[in-house]
Amino acid sequence: MNKGLIGTILLAVMLTACSSKPMKDAPAPVEEKAPAAAASAPVAEAPAATAAAPESELAYNPLKDPNNILSQRSIYFDFDKDEVKAEFRPLIEAHASYLNQNAGASVVLQGHADEIGTREYNLALGQRRSVSVKKVMNLLGVQDRQIETVSYGEEKATGTDATSRQKDRRVDIIYQGE
Amino acid sequence: MNSLRKYLCLLAGFVALMLPFSSHAALTIEIVGGAAQQIPIAIVPFAQPASLKVAPQDAMASVIGADLQRSGLFRVLETRGVINQPTDISQVRYADWAALQAQALTIGTIENLPGNRLKVTFRLLDVLKQTQLAGLEYNIAPNQLRMTAHKIADVIYEKLTGEPGVFATRITYVSKAGKRYSLQVADADGFNPQTVVSSAEPIISPSWSPDGTKLAYVSFEKKKPVVYVQSLVSGQRYVLANFKGNNSAPSWSPDGKRLAIVLTHGANSQVYAINADGTGLQQLTRTSAIDTEPVWSPDGQFIYFTSDRGGSPQIYRMTSTGAGVQRMTFDGSYNVSPRISPDGKMLSFIKRDGDIFRVAIQDLMTGQVQVLSETQNDESPSFAPNGRMILYATSMGGKGTLAAVSSDGRVRQRLSDNGGDVREPAWGPRVD
Repeated sequence: MNKGLIGTILLAVMLTACSSKPMKDAPAPVEEKAPAAAASAPVAEAPAATAAAPESELAYNPLKDPNNILSQRSIYFDFDKDEVKAEFRPLIEAHASYLNQNAGASVVLQGHADEIGTREYNLALGQRRSVSVKKVMNLLGVQDRQIETVSYGEEKATGTDATSRQKDRRVDIIYQGE
Repeated sequence: MNSLRKYLCLLAGFVALMLPFSSHAALTIEIVGGAAQQIPIAIVPFAQPASLKVAPQDAMASVIGADLQRSGLFRVLETRGVINQPTDISQVRYADWAALQAQALTIGTIENLPGNRLKVTFRLLDVLKQTQLAGLEYNIAPNQLRMTAHKIADVIYEKLTGEPGVFATRITYVSKAGKRYSLQVADADGFNPQTVVSSAEPIISPSWSPDGTKLAYVSFEKKKPVVYVQSLVSGQRYVLANFKGNNSAPSWSPDGKRLAIVLTHGANSQVYAINADGTGLQQLTRTSAIDTEPVWSPDGQFIYFTSDRGGSPQIYRMTSTGAGVQRMTFDGSYNVSPRISPDGKMLSFIKRDGDIFRVAIQDLMTGQVQVLSETQNDESPSFAPNGRMILYATSMGGKGTLAAVSSDGRVRQRLSDNGGDVREPAWGPRVD
C-alpha cells in the first residue's frame, strides 16, 4: 500500500516534470483561446531529475492524453452565474484527485466572463467563478497552496451573440509549467 | 542580461515620452450637440513671424477656436470677411465685430525671441463694452505652441463662462491595434498621442496621480492582473501590487500618498488601500461578496465602490478607513463604475437598463438620477477636472470608441480613432 503510494507520487513527479513539453491543441472547443496554449509561456521546471526514468513512463502524461478526462480543462457557467454545474463535477474531481496525488503539482484557475458589462466588474465575476471551482477542489481535499485563482474578466472574450458568449463564461485549469 | 533588458525598456519608455512635438491627432472629436445658449466669439489669426512654419491646424486661432467650439458653449465666428484684421489693441474697430454679432474678440501675436524662444501675446476683448477682459504673455519653446493655445482657450473659457477651462489637460486611454495593447496619453483634444507602455496582453484601468505625473494601471503581461505605477516624466515604472490572485482597479487618494486597489488572494474581490510605494497594505472591506472599483471622494473622506453584497451590483461608500458602509444607488439592478465629480456633489456611474449600459449621474444631495448618454455599451466614465464633461468608452459598429457628454446631458462628443479599438479612458488633472 505504502509502496504503491510512493510509486504513484514518483510517477506523478516525473509526469509533472515532463509537462514542460509544448502543449498540443486539446479537443476542447475553446482551448485555443486559453492562454495555456500560448507557446511563449515560460517553463518553470527542468526535467533533469527524471533523466534516469524509463522512456515509456516519461512519454505518458495523463494531463495531455486526449482520452483522459484530465485533458479537459474548461468549466462553463450560465449567464451571470458562478455555480458549478453538475456536468462538470467529474472533470473537477479528476483534477482534484490528480492534485491530491501529486503534492508538487499546482494549478491556476483562470476565470473568464463574457463582454457584457464593465471590465473591472467582469474581472470580479470571472474571479468569483474561479473561486467556485477552487471551493469544490478544496472540499475534495486539494490544498490552497496548490491553487491560485485569477481572472481575465472579459479581456479574452470573443463571443458576440448569445450562443458564442457561452464559451466566454468559463474557468480554465492551467497546470504550473504549462 | 536582465539589467540590460531593464535598461532598454527604460530607454524605450524614455524615448517614447520624449518624441518631438508633432500635431498628429489620434482621435478626431465630433460634436453631436450643443448648449442652448452659445457665446459668439471672433478669433482673429495671430500675427506671426514669416520664419515660423506652422501647419494650418496648428495655427493659434485654429487651436483656440476648435477648443471653444468643441465645448459646445461657444459659436466661433468666421472672421475672413472682416477687412480690418487687428493684431494689436490699437487696430481694433469694435463696430466691425459688433456687426458680426460677436460678443467677444480675441487678438494676438507671436514674436521671435533670442535663443529659439517665442513670445505669445493675446488679448480677450468685450465687444459690447469695448473693454479688455484678459491680456497675457507667454515665453515658450516652439514645441509648446499648441499647449499655449490650449492655455489661452482655458483663460477665454473661464472669463466668459465663469468655470475653469480644461483644454490644457491630457487624457489617457488604452488602444488595441491588432493583438497589441498600448496605454496612450494625449492632449485633451486627441492630438500629440504618446505611448506610455505597450504589451501583447491586456492593459486596463489607468488612473492618474493627482499631480498628473504618474499613471497606475493593470497589466496582464504576467498572465494575471498586476498593478503598476509608471512615471510619465522618466518612463520608469514599478510593481505596486502583485499578490497571489488578482490585483486590479487602482485609484489614487487626493493627496497622492495612497491608492485604493482590489485584491483577491484566494477569494472574491475586496477593497484594500496601499501606500504609493507599495508598503502599508490595509484591507478595507471584509465580505464574501464582490467589492471592487474603489474611488476616493475629492476630499479624501470617503471611498465609493461597487458591491453585489445586496444581491445585485450597486454603488456603496465607506470612510477611507473602511467604516460606515452606506448604499448609494437604489434605482435599477446594475449600477457600477462610480466616479465623483471634482466638487464632490455628483456621482457618475454606469447604469444598466435591459441590455443597454449608459452613463448616468446622481445628485448626492437629492439622490436624483439622470441618464446622460444616448450610446449603448458605455463603460469607464471619467469627469473632466472642471466637472463639466464626462469622458467614457462605448462601442460603435463593433469597435471600441470614446465619447463624452456634458454633465447636464446637453453637449455630446464622439472621439473616433482611425486606427484600432480604444477603451478605458481617464481624464487627467489640471496642472499649472
